[in-house]
Amino acid sequence: MLHIVNKSPYERNALDAVLRIAQSGSLLLIEDGVYAATRGSTAEARLAAAMPRLKVYALLPDLEARAIADRVIAGVTPIDYGGFVDLVAAHRNCQSWL
Amino acid sequence: MFVNRKAPYGTVYALESLEVVLISAAFEQDVSVVFVDDGVYQLKKGQQTKAIETKNFSPTYRALEGYDVEKLYVERESLAARGLTEIDLIVDVTVLGAIELGKLMDEQDVVLSC
Repeated sequence: MLHIVNKSPYERNALDAVLRIAQSGSLLLIEDGVYAATRGSTAEARLAAAMPRLKVYALLPDLEARAIADRVIAGVTPIDYGGFVDLVAAHRNCQSWL
Repeated sequence: MFVNRKAPYGTVYALESLEVVLISAAFEQDVSVVFVDDGVYQLKKGQQTKAIETKNFSPTYRALEGYDVEKLYVERESLAARGLTEIDLIVDVTVLGAIELGKLMDEQDVVLSC
């Protein structure tokens, strides 16, 4: 399953829910969700702990818009909109966690 | 599968989700309903909404059975974090741990989350 998170981990608990529940597949961070992908953040360790189970992506246009594209955690793959479409097509199902 | 993660009265998500579940059931879809995080509060027994002048829609969860919506799942960790147990809930549910719930989600054709 492709799990999509669009809220900041500091404002909502959607990311924590995904990291607790999702056992395999991919996690795509978009919109304010991309703040979780930054080095030195309190979300970094939690995200890193899930990486053996989940492949993690972040939407590059959203990273760039928020001026954090230069501080993405190692192991998180930045993707463009075309990559977003490819990810959706590559997974059997997806869940947008609001 | 519908995944509910929000408490019942602070926002309209819970009520809207319940309505979509009923509509899906009316169209004879094979529906599962999940309650995670604050979503477990939707099923708390004893809701009294008269003084906030809002419809108490919690009895509707008991009517789901009549629409053949019988697959109700609650995450064990979410209940425990809120000091709740299965006894506090208005309907019979299957309590699953986070890992089991994750596997169940992976098996679904469509998952709508709110």
